[in-house]
Amino acid sequence: MNVIKRNLRELRRYPSAVIGLIVILFLLGMSAYTVIKIPYNEAVRLWRGGEDIWVENPKNAWPVWYNWLSSTKLPETLVVDSRTDVEKIIEQTSADIREENFTFTIDFPYDEFPPEMILYINAEYEEKAPFISMTWLTPDGREIRVGDITPRSSDSYRFAQDTRLQRRLGGLPAEQGLFAAPDSDPPVPLKGTYQLQIEGLVFEDNSSFETKLVMYGDVHGLAGTDHRRRDLTVALLWGTPIAMAFGLLAAVGTTVTTMAIAAIGVWFGGALDSAIQRITEVNLILPLLPILIMIGTFYSRSIWVMLGVVILLSIFGAAIKNYRAIFLQVRVLPYIEAAQAYGASNLRVVFTYLVPRVLPLIIPNLVILVPGFVFLEASLAVLGLGDPVLPTWGKIIQDANSQGALFNGYYYWILEPSVLLMIAGLAFAMVGYALDRIFNPRLREL
Amino acid sequence: MRRQRIAPTVNRPEGRGTPSLAPPGILAAASAASGDLLRHGPIKTQRLRPRAGGPREGALSVQQQGGGILAQESFTLQDTNIIGTEAIESASRKAASAAMVRLFRYMGVKLVALFLTIVVGVYLTILIANMGGYVDQIRRAQIREGIDLFVSRNPDLRQLSEEERIRFIEEQVALAEKRVGLDQPFLFRSFRYLADALTLNLGFAEQLVSDSGSRQVRLVILERLPSTLVLFGTANLLLFFLAIFSALALSRRYGSFMDKVVMALAPTSAAPGWFYGLFLILIFAGVLRLLPFGGMVEAPPPADPLAYGVSLLEHMALPVTATLLSAIFISIYNWRTFFLIFSSEDYVEMAKAKGLPDKMIERRYVLRPTLPNIITSFALLLISLWTGAIILETVFNWPGLGRLYFRAIGLYDTPVIVAITVVYAYLLGFTVFLLDFIYALVDPRVRVGEGGTGR
Repeated sequence: MNVIKRNLRELRRYPSAVIGLIVILFLLGMSAYTVIKIPYNEAVRLWRGGEDIWVENPKNAWPVWYNWLSSTKLPETLVVDSRTDVEKIIEQTSADIREENFTFTIDFPYDEFPPEMILYINAEYEEKAPFISMTWLTPDGREIRVGDITPRSSDSYRFAQDTRLQRRLGGLPAEQGLFAAPDSDPPVPLKGTYQLQIEGLVFEDNSSFETKLVMYGDVHGLAGTDHRRRDLTVALLWGTPIAMAFGLLAAVGTTVTTMAIAAIGVWFGGALDSAIQRITEVNLILPLLPILIMIGTFYSRSIWVMLGVVILLSIFGAAIKNYRAIFLQVRVLPYIEAAQAYGASNLRVVFTYLVPRVLPLIIPNLVILVPGFVFLEASLAVLGLGDPVLPTWGKIIQDANSQGALFNGYYYWILEPSVLLMIAGLAFAMVGYALDRIFNPRLREL
Repeated sequence: MRRQRIAPTVNRPEGRGTPSLAPPGILAAASAASGDLLRHGPIKTQRLRPRAGGPREGALSVQQQGGGILAQESFTLQDTNIIGTEAIESASRKAASAAMVRLFRYMGVKLVALFLTIVVGVYLTILIANMGGYVDQIRRAQIREGIDLFVSRNPDLRQLSEEERIRFIEEQVALAEKRVGLDQPFLFRSFRYLADALTLNLGFAEQLVSDSGSRQVRLVILERLPSTLVLFGTANLLLFFLAIFSALALSRRYGSFMDKVVMALAPTSAAPGWFYGLFLILIFAGVLRLLPFGGMVEAPPPADPLAYGVSLLEHMALPVTATLLSAIFISIYNWRTFFLIFSSEDYVEMAKAKGLPDKMIERRYVLRPTLPNIITSFALLLISLWTGAIILETVFNWPGLGRLYFRAIGLYDTPVIVAITVVYAYLLGFTVFLLDFIYALVDPRVRVGEGGTGR
């Protein structure tokens, strides 16, 4: 154990290892934060949720930091709600008609048109629905009549689908026509403050209506959104603990079991040893990835089932032969004989004398294995065999790939999970290689 | 100068309690999931130098190198004994004929052992690919559905009464099941599948059809083989020779700037090829629009062979680069370390002291003893081409064997899955068997058959 401690202290001499360690600690911290902040069930609910949860998010929006980097500013999502954001002017014009007027104010300092605009309406009435008419005021003082609605109890008005509005705007789609500077061709947005005046007529005493205007943006949140309006932050955050857990559990599970089996085989020898050898050889013929794909296609895509299979198939890997060769050397050392002489049991010899001797060799191995398993999870996800419930980095890549993100230019969608994967993989690899050199003096000078 | 610095550290390991078997840098070449070379990447053998004082047994171990999990071990090596450095020439004629007998016995034992391994491996694959028989239920349901559909669409059969129709369907289903052998229990059939697979009687695919319209598994596979070979043959051969020659150059300029750069870049090989593929597509296809997003040739394929070749090259550029990027640095790093260990041998020091030119030292004293490892690595690289690379082919939409394998699994097409696996197993077994003899040819210290397989 002292050897291990001393060698770990030596890690400080390697700058790459220090950076790697910091990154690993950061990722672990991020995992802990995520698991506490967004509990498992909440994450699954959010990720599986459809329009009901994400209705106010735009589709395929870039992350907000795009605007910080780029000179053309893309519109951000803007939500104004009549319940909270406006002052209503209510006037009883006659016995059974009440006027409710209010104005939504929209700041628009952007260089591109918004992709989508929707007015969500909730109306309460018994027989006669309220009547709503809308007028659009541009910064340069033009007034455009938008349209009239007699809403059902829960309704939405999509500006783009109003063909009469489109005709009034000279054939331009509503999102462009409303924001376009006059006489611009091709249309360019006019910056400034827009207003949507809403005049409602309510015909019953207990009747009322509320509206919410959502101007969808081209950028949204720290990570952007995907084709189902989901905020990628959730998946990027939750991908961290999953990647860490998968990588670490698989690496530890594989290495420790392999070592234990090799030690037992070497110590007991004979039929047991050769059985282990033969199993390893058979296992080497079995192709790991196709078997994982078969398991994913036929049985279960649960990430934990996959983890179990990966460990199971990797236990009898080539590593067993390496460990075996080392144990063969250790077995004949005098201190083992001494242990036998004082009457140590077989298992005691294996686990207190044989195994600890090899531990220093195992630690770098273990760390170097981690990125491989992290990427294995991503590989399975890219093939469409990711866990159906959980959001992971690999699943984001798969979603993006299947939606043609690269072809359509949604680069953030692929880049974000890839960069995280790369960072995680590199961190473990850098620490692993440094450990390798420290624990294996033969390599140290090379 | 540097040799003197290396030598003590290299000789020390016994005393340090760190068994000096193999530098786990090689030993643990990262990336379990470099999906492509997943388990069958190039392999590297590492000989325990007799000096290190370990017992002779276990003197060989194999590691995978270059972007593979420490997967593969060849069967060869465990059985090969290294007989110190005594010369073989001293054996008398009598001993020579005895040696021949021993050699044949050894070959026989080895062949049987390898064959049994293949049998068990293939049988396990058959069990898994059939989900232990569950795929049968899927197949039965498919047959019934097809016949139901046929009957409901056939106007001649409409006149039949309900009862007659049901009986007709049952008859047809029974016939169809019998035709594909579903009337027998799975366990029984599994052994027939095994026999068919082992005799390379690959049979007919369940779902997949070759482009020429054939259902023969052999044709389905052969049709995809060239595209895999052209892509991964190019990529892996480039990778292999580039890695070896760069490693040799670096081991000569040990400690130079380039050397440090390669060592610093080695961890980037933690990411598999398809991962770099995504970035390359993003840059060269997405942003710059220089190269195609995927596929093998443009559609429709150009008729002119020259244009066809150019189009093929354009489509190959990105996947080949991706493969290279993901494995080149770790390969160079591993080979370089390997060469360095060998160039700190006493006999190399001796050669230097004699004043031999560097080139000659390299050829005679460094490359020669490492030749078995280079050959192993190369042979396993060649057979790794067989399975293609499932994910890289998926990402680049390359119509190779990897995608075929993937599609076959998705369609529960067990004959194709088993066929690809069994051919791979045979290739692996054959290579391993062959390597044993090549070792003896290139390395006089290795004597095949000595001491048999017993340990």
